[in-house]
Order: sequence, then C-alpha cells, then structure tokens
Amino acid sequence: MSKIAITLTVNGEETKVETEPREHLADLLRGKLLLTGTHIGCEHGVCGACTVEVDGVPARSCITHAGVCDGAAVRTIEGFGDDEIMAALREAFAREHALQCGYCTPGMLVTSRDIVLRLPDADEARVREELAGNLCRCTGYRGIVRAVLSVLAERRKA
Amino acid sequence: MKPAAFDYARPKEWSEAVKLVGAGARAGAGTQSLGPLLNLRLSQPSTIADLRHLPNYAGVIVAGGVLRIGAGTTHAAIEDGAVPGRIGEIMAAVARRIAYRPVRNRGTIGGSLAHADPAADWVAVLPALGGTAIAFGPNGERRLPLTGFVLGIFETALAPDELLRAVEVPVLPATAKWGHWKFCRKVGEFSKATACVLSVPGAKPRAVLAALDGPPLVIEDASALLADPVREASRVVATVEGLSPWRRSVAETALRHAVEGAA
Repeated sequence: MSKIAITLTVNGEETKVETEPREHLADLLRGKLLLTGTHIGCEHGVCGACTVEVDGVPARSCITHAGVCDGAAVRTIEGFGDDEIMAALREAFAREHALQCGYCTPGMLVTSRDIVLRLPDADEARVREELAGNLCRCTGYRGIVRAVLSVLAERRKA
Repeated sequence: MKPAAFDYARPKEWSEAVKLVGAGARAGAGTQSLGPLLNLRLSQPSTIADLRHLPNYAGVIVAGGVLRIGAGTTHAAIEDGAVPGRIGEIMAAVARRIAYRPVRNRGTIGGSLAHADPAADWVAVLPALGGTAIAFGPNGERRLPLTGFVLGIFETALAPDELLRAVEVPVLPATAKWGHWKFCRKVGEFSKATACVLSVPGAKPRAVLAALDGPPLVIEDASALLADPVREASRVVATVEGLSPWRRSVAETALRHAVEGAA
C-alpha cells in the first residue's frame, strides 16, 4: 500500500516521517517517534486516553490519521515541560489523588488544560461535563475534578 | 483494532473531489465517525478523499436572509459562536452537547450529516431548522431540503457522485422559540431519543423526532403536539415501527420535553 511523506512539528520540533494512510496519529507518535506518553485505550474515540493537541486544540489521536496532520503542530504530554498551567495541573493531580494507575492521565491532563484555558469560570458540574470524554477506571473522578477545580480557583485568585 | 489498508487522496478542487468520490472513494472530513468505523473494520474503503483542503469548505456566510454554513465547519466552531444571531444560539447549544470537545474540534457539521447516523445530533436538528443541503456533483450545485435529506441508516439523498458542500439555514427572529431534548445515559454518548421543536411567530411550529434507528420523523405542522403534548407524543411514537417499549417511552418523553423547552 501507498506510503506518504509528511512533515509534523511535534513538541516544537519539525519532524519528517513516512506514514501509511491507515496509520493513526497515536500509532505514529508511539511507534515511530517513541513518544509513548500518549496512551491508546479504546481506539474508537470514546475513552480519551490518546488525547493530544493538534494545532493548539485537543484531538483524539486514535481516530485522526497521521497523514491528514501533514503540516500540523502536534503536542503530546511530553511537550508541556515549560507550560505553567500543565505544571499547576500536575501538582494538583498528585496532591488530590487524581491518578492511580496513570493510564488515563496524559489524556486527562490535556483535556484538563483545555478546560482551564477555555472555561475559566467553570463550576463543578461543567468540569464534570467537560471531563466526560476521558474515562478513568481507578479514581472515581472525585480527585480529578478537585484537581481541576483547584487550578481554576488558583487562577481566578491570581 | 487497526484499519484495513486504504489509499489517501487530498483533492484541492471540488471537481477533483467529485471525480474521486464518483470512482468509489470514501469522503473524509474530520473522520470522527469514520475513524472508529475504520478502526473496527466496519468500513473498508479502498481510498479516502480528504475534503479538508477544498476551497470554502469551512466557514459561515450570511447573504439574503440565509446563513450558508460550509460542510467542513467544526462543531467546536459552531459551539464557539461561528453562526450569528438567534439560530447561532440554538446551534451553539446543540453543538456543545455533541460527543466531547476533542471530537468537536475535528468533527464537522457536513461530515456528521452526510454520514447519517440516525442518532447523530445534526441529523435530528437540521430538519427542524428547515434549511437546505447544498450538494455538489458533476453538474454543479443541487439544492435538497434538509427535511428529506437523511433517508435511512447511513443513507442520504446524495447521489453516489455528489458531495455535501454546505447547509443553508434561515435567519431566525430573536423571538423564535426552540426546544431540544435528547436522552443519553452518559454525557457525549449517542442519543437514544432526540426531539426538537422550533416555533417561529407567524409560522407553523415544526418538530422532529430522531434517533429512531431510521430516518428522522419530521412533523411539518406540530400545532397539535404543542396543544396536547402527552396525547400527541403518544400518537406520534405509536406510528414508528420496531421500537422496544422503553425506546417508545423515552421517545415520548423527548417530544414532551422538547415542547416544554419551546414554550
């Protein structure tokens, strides 16, 4: 089958890579670029574990083919090292027991960061609604919701 | 699972895209519905034509009392206010409840409508808003009423060599009343029953009942439903074949709640 050469900017670095049309972005990130922080769960867009940023907004990397991302900027959980909001979320997740096994955490953090940026006035009900696309089978969500709400509250104070 | 192998085409012109689709390529937009079907191998196209690079595929144009929404406009753009006015408010509220934000960032109004999953949101809502689908084929544009666009499960009025280019919806007065209710056990999952009611002063109210495992049921004159929602919801749902008792029950509930919403 055909191969296509694409250029992606991954975590700030321009990367030329070959892909098959059927290869989804999560497989390319994990298998070819060895960015294994992106997790694959359901592979049909329901669980949210594979959520990464494509051109600045969250996307499901398991139902987005790598080929269609040609020219796009992709940011994975490995690419938020200097991001203030992500740093605050990471601390809050640790403090509030927002993870146990950690499988959902990379996608959960990318979604949480989007909530903090896009919905600064979100209350608990809205945070729960927005997190509904990321499944966690350990925590029961209470710690995750508390973590996101605490970062929102800190930022409202600042 | 992983998709079966396919070829990838990226048409830059509509004429080229139509040729590809006419030759059997599967159209792809945000692939938020197609992606899962490919991964599950329920769909195994030989070629996917990526429509995202076609001119004027996304975006909203206001002209002559109608709003033309490019088929490639994402749910997230609509949620964030890309459609102006009263109808924009209505559509933003609908968009916000489609799947999840990462899906809305890539999924498109035209992709969702042309995919024609009976439980999808625009499949239920657009016929109630009463607009027009703009198809594009070898002979140019063709206009199709949205009330008759979805014909069945994954089946639309588009010809095999046509693509959905845009949807046109009317500009609504600020006084237009709208009710929309869908039953999901979890936020973002596919609806088990959806109903909408649009009531514009001076016009007959229109209602739609959808997520029926078939095409949406359009009630062009919903005056009776508004006058006696309990009796009329029961009568309407009884005309739909093949629904289990609990589905009938939620469908009736959906209609009644939609009427309340438009009160």
